[in-house]
Amino acid sequence: MGALKERLQAGIIKDNPTFVQVLGMCPTLAVTTSVINAMGMGLSTTAVLICSNLVISLIRNFIPSKIRIPAYIVVIASFVTVVEFLLKAYAPSLYSSLGLFIPLIVVNCIILGRAEAYASKNKPLAAVFDGLGMGLGFTCSLTVIGCIRELLGVGSLCGITVMPSFYPPATVMILAPGAFFTLGILMAILNTIKAKRR
Amino acid sequence: MNLILLFIGAALVNNFVLVKFLGICAFLGVSKKVDTALGMGAAVTFVMGIASTCTYLVYKYILCLLGLEYLYNLAFILVIASLVQLVEMIIQKISPSLYSALGVYLPLITTNCAVLGVAVLNMQKEYTLIQSVVNGLGAAIGFTIAMLLMAGIREHIEDNDVIPAFRGLPLVLMAAGFMALAFAGFQNLIPNI
Repeated sequence: MGALKERLQAGIIKDNPTFVQVLGMCPTLAVTTSVINAMGMGLSTTAVLICSNLVISLIRNFIPSKIRIPAYIVVIASFVTVVEFLLKAYAPSLYSSLGLFIPLIVVNCIILGRAEAYASKNKPLAAVFDGLGMGLGFTCSLTVIGCIRELLGVGSLCGITVMPSFYPPATVMILAPGAFFTLGILMAILNTIKAKRR
Repeated sequence: MNLILLFIGAALVNNFVLVKFLGICAFLGVSKKVDTALGMGAAVTFVMGIASTCTYLVYKYILCLLGLEYLYNLAFILVIASLVQLVEMIIQKISPSLYSALGVYLPLITTNCAVLGVAVLNMQKEYTLIQSVVNGLGAAIGFTIAMLLMAGIREHIEDNDVIPAFRGLPLVLMAAGFMALAFAGFQNLIPNI
């Protein structure tokens, strides 16, 4: 049980995929224009990550190592297609706002990275918890960035206006440059915290 | 005329890296030196041009005919992965010098989301074969331009004395942010694109 808890902690804090490993930058920057989009993307990726980690861990002894990468990609792409259909059916507005980035979950390096680095070497239950931890870590980071960008760019959170009416929304924050600035400043803050701890 | 507009639109107005956020991993990962950035850009341009052709043909003449459109994602990523492998073997055979120059960047292209992104975009926008290829090449040129500019900036800021907190990636992200601001200026270059 302790090992499983350790996997969760590693994914969410110690090896956070966005801020520590700097993986999966494309969706991190692209879909964090609002909290809802960010969480939707994070949870979709988590779902794919858990399922693909489970399946890859189950079949890890049957895949010849030479063709393992194509095999992983097929597994991942199948789950992405499933998630795409589910979103299309049950959350059409989220589906249309995430758009191109739903099929692109396939090439998210976090998923292939976990398949190669963890699921292909460990037992199914541990792999599922690893996927859950990494997925939640990704979701948390995306949500934080989404909160900052939506708050500064539109003056609202989850679509509800929270900033006082005299606050002029800085539209640049929800455009492309704002994404780079937000992530850059967040990483600089984390660097400072790390340096102080040492 | 429309094709020229499409090309400029894909390369500058909707720059893949700085406006659409595709291929960020490669953009941040291999833009430390101008030479490597150019190599990566060339390899991506090559693969993207062929990939837009192949994925169009696969979608139109295999998936649509069999009524399997919903499997596009699976089909495209397999086409791209095998294509990258094939291109690698061909270049190795025909031009060993180019092969050693591109070297490690070739296999990385499979997981570059710009390549899969352009294939999916071409499908969603229902482009014809020629439009798909032009869009793919435009996007690839745009990617190369962004990579080269970034590499140029990074070569200059490498040894600068910056605040410790901003050293490394944060500074690169800030620079990318200012580049994205500059590219936002292209937004009104072509109306209605």
